[in-house]
Amino acid sequence: MQEAAEQFAIRVRDLVVGFRRHVVINHLELDVRRGEILGLVGASGGGKSVLMRTIIGLIPRQQGEIEVIGAPIGANHDRTTRSAAGRWGILFQQGALFSSLTVRQNIQFPLRENLALSDALMDEIATAKLEMVGLKPEDGDKFPSELSGGMTKRVALARALALDPAIVFLDEPTSGLDPIAAGDFDALIKTLQKTLGLTVFMVTHDLASLNTVCDRVAALADGKIVAIGPIRELLQSEHRWVRAYFHGKRSLMLQPKAS
Amino acid sequence: MATAPLLTATATGDVLELRPGGSWIAANGATLERLSDAVAPQLDRSGTVKLDMAEVRELDTLGAWLLEKMSRRATSAGHRADVVGVSDHYAGLIEEVRQVNRRTPAPIPARNPIVAKISDIGRSTIGASEDVTAFLQMLGSLCIAILGVLHQPRSLRLTSLIYQFYRVCWQAIPIVVLITFLIGAIIAQQGIFHFRKFGADSYVVDMVGILVLRELGVLIVAIMVAGRSGSAYTAELGSMKMREEIDALSTMGLDPIEVLMLPRIIALICALPILTFIGSMAALYGGGLVAWFYGGMEPAIFIARLHEAVSVTHFEVGIIKAPFMALVIGIVACSEGLRVKGSAESLGKQTTTSVVKSIFLVIVLDGLFAVFFASIGM
Repeated sequence: MQEAAEQFAIRVRDLVVGFRRHVVINHLELDVRRGEILGLVGASGGGKSVLMRTIIGLIPRQQGEIEVIGAPIGANHDRTTRSAAGRWGILFQQGALFSSLTVRQNIQFPLRENLALSDALMDEIATAKLEMVGLKPEDGDKFPSELSGGMTKRVALARALALDPAIVFLDEPTSGLDPIAAGDFDALIKTLQKTLGLTVFMVTHDLASLNTVCDRVAALADGKIVAIGPIRELLQSEHRWVRAYFHGKRSLMLQPKAS
Repeated sequence: MATAPLLTATATGDVLELRPGGSWIAANGATLERLSDAVAPQLDRSGTVKLDMAEVRELDTLGAWLLEKMSRRATSAGHRADVVGVSDHYAGLIEEVRQVNRRTPAPIPARNPIVAKISDIGRSTIGASEDVTAFLQMLGSLCIAILGVLHQPRSLRLTSLIYQFYRVCWQAIPIVVLITFLIGAIIAQQGIFHFRKFGADSYVVDMVGILVLRELGVLIVAIMVAGRSGSAYTAELGSMKMREEIDALSTMGLDPIEVLMLPRIIALICALPILTFIGSMAALYGGGLVAWFYGGMEPAIFIARLHEAVSVTHFEVGIIKAPFMALVIGIVACSEGLRVKGSAESLGKQTTTSVVKSIFLVIVLDGLFAVFFASIGM
């Protein structure tokens, strides 16, 4: 059991989430290994974001257990969830940067709330994070409304990484970015994951990121994980929805070249 | 798992050997900072610094940066710094941290405080004249929109107008009645209390009647509407501006002034006279009740005295002002809403500005009307 807890960053058992009578997540099981990048795919409105938000404690669940790095997560947003908050960083789809704070203050916010550090050190850490996500120190004085889409995502990632969490949750990190910026962002996630030893849980529709950065991909359909494994295994999957997803017109680039 | 961080410093001759150990992670940030500050003076003094990382159990960006800072400090003092014993696991992180914070951003030049003050005054003066321009501009575009509607009556958004009227008039009635009732009662009580000293307590009816119908009724109601509906207009239009909804409207070939502002302002212009009338009646009722129970004046006598004291002119003076005040509140609320920029803070700021400015303008307008009515003898 101890070994299992060491091996898995996130364990979800028999999870049920619904809104009134409408069941979104139906007896779902999922294990995320330590240090891997897991991509989660699923139909729009199929409960991907709901699953992510349930794991981080934003949505109450009806049934089931969730463990993050060996610690159980409470069913509601309670004290245990809050104490776990230091162990994960979350990149929201729209960035969710605090619009009244500068970029630097945004990155320093988790540090300021959780640790007692000197201002000089906090400035240095914030600049270090900015440079690690590929921005310039000068960008620290800008306000979120002055940033482009790609920069917003980078700053949000820097803020998610401020406390060096063990797990990062990314909600559609490359949506709304051009292919070059999306490729850069994928590379950045991969690099940071290697240097910081992160576990990355990524909700995405970007087939290119699934192909290039994800170690494993989980497919969510009908409220369950219907297939999980490296992308080549998913391409072989016989499940109807998974076949439709990976063998549609837009997914042709994933197919092995006929030779 | 997490162990307390350590930093042992042993100086042998000219060589300072630093041995960090334990968990150098953000959770221990405060301790780590203390430890690394403690050895800082030694770094400047000794010749060669050897940083042995063999005993570091856990390391993250914060820890790695503190260690990097120590070796940088030694190097910048002209000494040699060797980092040894880095485990493969953390080599990438150490290498990454070595690249950062190399270049300090150019400091923003500090401004002369006197010059800054003068420039602030200049800016706010220009800002005030811009406010006037914005007001007139909004008034002008509103007039154009009204002309358009007169030319083509079907382009008036009737549903929206009725919905806005429901919100600013119907839903406001309870609070308006309550507040004006209390104001009327308070004026009557004060009047009776003070007039009684020289036996003039029956004149309280004249005071309540004239004050409420001419000035207070419309003023209190206008201030309440500015706070209640004006702020709502600013916040609604502001958040629509933030989410690019107003831009979306214009790209569809629609005029935001006609679609969003005209129904709101017309609703306000219709609502304020009605609310003023209801509010004035409630205030008179409150005054009458107090005169009855506190001053011992029978309702029949109160009504008879009111009939003598007040003429229709007083009522007209009050009610004529209402639509103009509504116009000012509506224009200020809408134009402030359109000035909202991207941030949540800016939305709050413009909403505050909208309420403060419209209350100020309502009172100024009331003063101008007082001068005007005095000069025409009403």
